[in-house]
Parts: sequence; structure tokens; C-alpha cells
Amino acid sequence: MHRISRLTAAFSAVALIGAWVPQTIADDISGAGATFPYPVYAKWAEAYKQQTGIGLNYQSIGSGGGIKQIEASTVTFGASDKPLEPADLKQNGLVQWPQIIGGVVPVVNIPGIKPGELVLDGTTLASIYMGEISRWNDPAIKKLNPSLNLPKLDIATVYRSDGSGTNFLFTNYLSQVSPNFSKTIGANASVQWPVGIGAKGNEGVANQTAQTGGAIGYVEYAYVKQTGMTYAKLINREGKAVTPEAKAFQAAAANADWARAEGYYLILTNQPGAGSWPITGASFILVHADSKDTNTAAALKFFDWAYTQGQSMAEGLDYVPIPAPVVKLVEKSWQDSLTVDGKPVWLAK
Amino acid sequence: MSAVTIPYKVQLRRAARSERIFRLFATTAALLVLALLAGVLLALLYGGWPALKTFRFGFLTNTIWNPVTEQFGAFAALYGTVITSLIAMILAVPVAFGIAVFLTETCPLWLRTPIGTCIELLAAVPSIVFGIWGLFVLAPVLQHSVQPWLIAVLGDLPVIGKLFRGPPFGIGLLTAGFVLAVMVLPFITSVMREVFLSTPRSLKEAAYGLGATQWEVVWDVVLPNARAGVVGGIMLGLGRALGETMAVTFVVGNAHRISGSLLAPGTTISASIANEFTEAVGKLYTSSLIALGLLLFVLTFIIIAAARLLLLRLEARGAHI
Amino acid sequence: MTGNLRRRRITAAVALGASGLATLLGLATLAAILWTLFSRGFAGVTLSVFTQTTPAPGSSGGLINAIYGSVVMTLLGLAIGAPIGILAATYLSEYGRGKRLSTVIRFINDVLLSAPSIVIGLFVYTLVVLQMGHFSAIAGAISLGIIVLPVTVRTAEDMLRLIPSSLRQASAGLGAQPWRTITSVVYPAARSGLLTGVLLALARISGETAPLLFTALNNQFWNANLNQPMANLPVVIFQFATSPYKNWQSLAWTGALLITLFVLVLSILARLISNFFSAGQSRIE
Repeated sequence: MHRISRLTAAFSAVALIGAWVPQTIADDISGAGATFPYPVYAKWAEAYKQQTGIGLNYQSIGSGGGIKQIEASTVTFGASDKPLEPADLKQNGLVQWPQIIGGVVPVVNIPGIKPGELVLDGTTLASIYMGEISRWNDPAIKKLNPSLNLPKLDIATVYRSDGSGTNFLFTNYLSQVSPNFSKTIGANASVQWPVGIGAKGNEGVANQTAQTGGAIGYVEYAYVKQTGMTYAKLINREGKAVTPEAKAFQAAAANADWARAEGYYLILTNQPGAGSWPITGASFILVHADSKDTNTAAALKFFDWAYTQGQSMAEGLDYVPIPAPVVKLVEKSWQDSLTVDGKPVWLAK
Repeated sequence: MSAVTIPYKVQLRRAARSERIFRLFATTAALLVLALLAGVLLALLYGGWPALKTFRFGFLTNTIWNPVTEQFGAFAALYGTVITSLIAMILAVPVAFGIAVFLTETCPLWLRTPIGTCIELLAAVPSIVFGIWGLFVLAPVLQHSVQPWLIAVLGDLPVIGKLFRGPPFGIGLLTAGFVLAVMVLPFITSVMREVFLSTPRSLKEAAYGLGATQWEVVWDVVLPNARAGVVGGIMLGLGRALGETMAVTFVVGNAHRISGSLLAPGTTISASIANEFTEAVGKLYTSSLIALGLLLFVLTFIIIAAARLLLLRLEARGAHI
Repeated sequence: MTGNLRRRRITAAVALGASGLATLLGLATLAAILWTLFSRGFAGVTLSVFTQTTPAPGSSGGLINAIYGSVVMTLLGLAIGAPIGILAATYLSEYGRGKRLSTVIRFINDVLLSAPSIVIGLFVYTLVVLQMGHFSAIAGAISLGIIVLPVTVRTAEDMLRLIPSSLRQASAGLGAQPWRTITSVVYPAARSGLLTGVLLALARISGETAPLLFTALNNQFWNANLNQPMANLPVVIFQFATSPYKNWQSLAWTGALLITLFVLVLSILARLISNFFSAGQSRIE
């Protein structure tokens, strides 16, 4: 009996010390949501922690998860690539703003095909994902790639199995270019795919595509850049084959009129412009308009830092930072609409 | 005990009070077990009620699982759960039987404990390790060697050919079944081994005396005598396979779809919950996932309860011999 | 006659040979898994794994926050579940023998033992996480404790029952109340068995992922605050292994190797203790 009580005393002491010591350090800011911006948020969080000592614990569980967790107030902020419509924002008492812009890129795993060699267009991509085209040497794909040696290999389509803003952007684009796709599958964060394998998060799709021979998937470009995957070029609205990169995403975002978008609700897919990447999108942050979370002020400071000092890090991963005039607009809406326990939380700099 | 005596009556009273307190603690702890089960069932019912009320019986038969139109049917997940567990049983039971026979009959005595320990160590490996092993090691092997072979050899046969069609993804229902088989193997083996070892010597010696070979003794004497225990062990393994989450989530393919082929991706109840729960937006979606959990719990409850009853009967019978 | 005998002998040889093959298959699978773990995970076992926290993709780092979180939540779960389990087992073995209630409790306990752990996670999510308003290590520890409970009840009851009644009767003969007999005679006599049970429960929860997914969530940084999400090895392995980043995947394998070694060592230790002390047990009689 003595030994047991001694042991219990010993390790409860350890647990208590462990729980007590960091109370003196501030709580981490907690956020959850989209996997689309995760590479840049993780980079920002790391740099911010080094500079200020404050941690940002971001769990990339998918846009759907981010929306759910912020609605349940289990996190300080949520992140989603599918913007909530103004009516939904009002109903849930949420405020949203765009934090970063990036592009969704098709990736493939075909023996002998190198990055940037394969060219696809919207209708072919839609047909592949509807299961209508099932082999890589299909005439429709061959027509777009006359000089490539495409093998007689089954196509394994990889899609997002979780509720995802990336999925929303991808299906939104395909619905615009293929009426058949719009009718049978539709555009949303989670859809019923007729064929293929599901994987979780941008990371899951990237991993699964890399593991499965003959696979095609769709991921945010930073994932392609960081892992050296084989991306495909897309033919945009103007008929030009575009390589996915920062300047192509920027061209697509150039026409965005943020000032006139209520709740910053803007979808950037299939934009005009010869150099525009067809599947571009912004990623949004969601917080409660009147938050009970004392970490909200710290979170806003982080986002302001990310807007101003995180630009080069974002560009390094081929994301497009939000332009300065829009940042001013966003921070003004923080001032006007955000409160913590009734008191305004963001004061103009 | 101090030399200054405490009156005997006081000692008795104090001892009786300590006894009451201790007994209360013990009884409460025991009742807590019951309360826990009731609590889990109630919590699941409460959480799953909106979905069950909306879809009624259709929840079990609907194959569509569409978060957009908010139509949820458990059939695809149920189908995947049952099929992967079935594959696991078909693969694991014969192998477990073989191992149990080897360890109780042919194996040299000095090797029995080490080999037995090794097989049981398979049970100690965490399920997530099986998951990543399945994804990174087993799936590529299946995709490049086994599955193309299965498609080529069995794909065109009249009836069972339909089971082996489709592109070799490497992951899917069959792979999940494989991984589950490896996971439940040690459990079934150890139950079978225990039950075989408890065969009364007199029965076996009588059979040998009649001139039976070692195999005949196993097949015609040991096995029938151990029938209840073997079935109990198999059902325990089945219960484990039905509820396994992590190993399956990695390799099942996450497709809410029913396809005739075993090589196709699918989903199981626990894999669906694990993948979708943290992101389910909307009361009906969350409730449907909890209803799935309730379904799984009830299913495993029935199987495990039946298995335990069988094993109890075996123990009771054993006392009579 | 001889033809028949020969056929039977051949059948026996084939069948027993097949059983040997089955055993080889089982052993080969274990070897394959251990080999994969070592070949992919061992290279990553450097000092930084134990000194640095989980990194961002592409950066260098380690697993210390996950290891710490796992240790804390596992020990806490054990502290929650094991004492209750031993007390419940005490009831079943000392106070409730032969009673109808005991049979029912034992049965329900066995059902709980085999319940899918993800269902336990859902239960704790609704009861604890939603009520508290956030994920936390406490919720994770509670869900692990709920898994420990039936495991401990089962093994503890078996162990307590093994203690011969002559010991209890002798104690009663000396005038001890049942609680005194239990705490001063039965528990010390069964201590190795109880310890084995606790070790097995520890091994069981060390590898559990599903219940932690919606309770403790995960944490990129070092966190020792029980009231916040805490990193833990299984969820970190889950996240890292399904990612496309090489440094994350390598850490996932290293983490998997660490957990597996830990659990294997525990299991072997539990076996050794029970074998060693069961030899001594017969001396009591």
C-alpha cells in the first residue's frame, strides 16, 4: 500500500507541475480548418513563434471542420476556402475575410510523364472525374497531348473524402465548364463522386496520388511545389495552356473587386485573362462578430503580422498575398464589426 | 495499536464503518461498469436521434451518403464493414486453426512458448502501425503483383469473376480485409489454443487407442469437443474486426459506394466516422455519423454478447467433465 | 487396408504440414511488420526526436511534444481507470461471488471490453468536449480511462480469484473485517497479477488513436496544459503518415517504431512478471 501511495503521489506531482508551469506562458491561439492554406499558415506560425514567442496551433482538418469548430466556439478562428454566404454569416454571427490566395492544381502519377508535360482542359478533366474517360491513352487526352507517349493505364481518380474548400473550388470550376458535371455532381465542399478513391486533406490527396500508379488528384499548389509532384497544365477560358504558378494565380485575382463583395464573398475560378489560372481561389478566416474568446485580439495581431510581414514567405510557396488596399479594407472591418464581450477588439494602428 | 485501549465497542463500530465505506466504494465501482454501458448507449441514442427520426428505417437501406443534399444512408458503410470483416474471417480462421493445431500438436515443447509469444505479440502491435504498414507496404505489393494476377486469373470466371474486376488501386475492400485478418489472427489463435489444450486427455487417448492418426484426432475429436469455444473465439475476432478503425481508415479507399468488386474502394462505419466527424457541418450530418456509431455499437454488442454466451456455456460444460 | 492407412497417413502429414506453414505465415507477417518499422523508422531515431517539437513541413524537428502528451494522457487514463477497475474487480471477486448481479456485470464488462474505441471517443466528445467548449488533454485522458476500465476489471478479477480462500479464511479467523482482509492480505498476495493487468492495460491504450481524435485533438507546439489540446503520438503519426512531406513521413515511422517497441516491451514484461510470480504463488498454498 505504501508503495502505491508513494507512486501515485510522485506522478501526480509530475502531472501537476507539468500543468502548472506553462500557465505562466500565454495560451496558444487555436485555429482549425482548411488544408488549402496550411503550408503557408504553418510557415507563418513558425516564424511568428520565433519572433514573438506566441504559438498558433492550427489543425488542418478541412474547411468543413473549420466552419463547424468555429460555430461551436471550440477554437479562436476557423479557416475555409469556401466562403460563407452573407446570409449564413449573419445567421451564425460570424465575420469572414480573405487571408491568402492560391491555386488548385491537377497532379498525376503516370510513368514517364514529367511535371508540366501533360495538358488538360476543363471538359476532359470533368469527364475523367465523372468516370467517362477511364484510361490514360484515351483519344480525348491524346488530342490535347499529341506529342506525349501516354500508356494504356487505368486512371485512378483521387478526390477529397472530407468536407473541403479545395473540393468546392475544383467542383465549382468543373461545373462552370461542363454542364453535364454541374447536373450530375454539382459544386460543393463535399460531393458524391461516381468513381475513384477518397483521401483526407490536401495532404492525403497528394500522398495517395503519389502512391498509386495511374492516379490523378487535385491539390493546392504549395503541396506540389514542396513535394515536386507531377502537375498538369490547364487550358483556360481564353484557350491558352497555362502553367500553374504565382503569376498565373495573380492574373486570375487581378479582376477581383473585393470592395463591392458583401462579406468578401468572391469566387475566383474561371476568370478572364490570357495568363489566368482557371482554378484560383482565396482562403478565408472566420471569427465570431462578438467573441467570448480572449485570444481573439492576439489572433488579429497575428493576421495583421501575416498580411504585412508574411508576404515573402507566402510568395516563396507561390501563394498570392492579399493586395494592400484590400488589407486596409479588411482591417477597417475588424475595427467596425469585431468585439470581444461587447468591447471593440481592434484599434486602428 | 496503542497500549491505551480504545473501548472494544468503539473499535467494532469503527471497523464496521470502514467496512461499510469500503464495500460501498467497491459496489459503486462495479455498478459504474453497468452505468458506463448504459451511458454510452444513451449518449449515442440521444445524438443519433435526429437522424434516425428523419430517415427512419431508410437509414439502413439507403446507399446515398450526400452531405450536400443532406441525404444519409448507412448501407454503403454497413456493406463495407460486413464485407471487410467477412474477408478477414475467411483469411484468418483457417490460418489461426493451423497455428493452434501446430502449437498444440506438432510443435516441439521447447518452441511452444516462444512461438506462442510471437503470435501474441502480433496482438500488441498498435492498430495505427497496421494502418501505415498496410498503406505503404502492403498496398503497393497488392497493386503491382497480387491484384493484377487476381484480375487476370479470376476476373473472367462466370460467377466469382465479378468480385475481381476493376483497376488495381492497391487499396480497397480486399486490402482492408487483409489487414484486418492479420489483426484478428492472434485473438482467434489464442482462444483456439486454450480450447484445444483443455481437451480431456482421456478422449484423445481413446482415439489414439483406436488407431487414429494425429490429424484425425484433431479433426474428429479435439475440434468437435471444442466447438463452442472455437465459435466463441471466431465471433470475438469478428467483433474486433467490425469495430477496428485506424488500420482500415488508411487502406479502405474512403468511397461511400457499393461496387460488386472486392478490388474497389469502399468505406466502413468506423472509417467514415473517423474521417468525417470533425468536419461534419450541420445537425443532420453530425447526427447521422453518431447514428452510424450507434449502429456499429449495437452490431458489435450482438456479436460479442453471443460469443460470450457461447463461451460461458463452454465453461459451464467444462466443469461437468 | 494398407492403401487406406497410407492415404490416412498422407492426409495427416499434409494437414499437419499445412498447419506448420500457417504458423510460418503468422511469424513471417510479424517479422515483415517489425522489419518495415525498423528499416523505415530506425534511421530517424536521433536525439532531436526527443528534444525538438513537431516541425512544420520541410523543417527539422522531433516528437517530444507528442511523446510527452502520450505519456501524460496515458498515465492519467490509467490513474482514472485502473483504481476503479480494481475496486470493481474486488466487488466481483470478494463481495459478489455467486450473485446474479456479478454475472451480469461481468458480461457487460466483456462487452465493453470489445466495444469499438471510436464509439468511446464519440461518447466523450458529447459528454466532455462539448460541455467544456473545447478539446483538451483531460477529455483524451478520460476516453483512455474508459478503455482501461474493462480491461483492468477482467484481469484483476482473474488475479484476485486465484488467491486461495485459505488465506482469506485465516485472516477472518484472526478477526479481520472483509475490507481489512482484502487490503492487507488479498491485494499484497495478488500484487504481481494486478501489476500485470495494469501493464497490459497500459499497453492497450498506448496505441489507441481513434478515441483521441475528437477529444485531445492535437497540438503543433509544446503544451503541458491539461485544459488545452495536447499532442500525442498516435494522432501525430496519423497526420504525418498521410501527408506527402518526406520529413513528416519519416517522423511518422519513427513514432510508430517507438510506440511498437514500448508496447512490445510492456507485453513481454507483463508476461515475465506473471510467469515469475505464478511460480511463487504455488508456494503460498
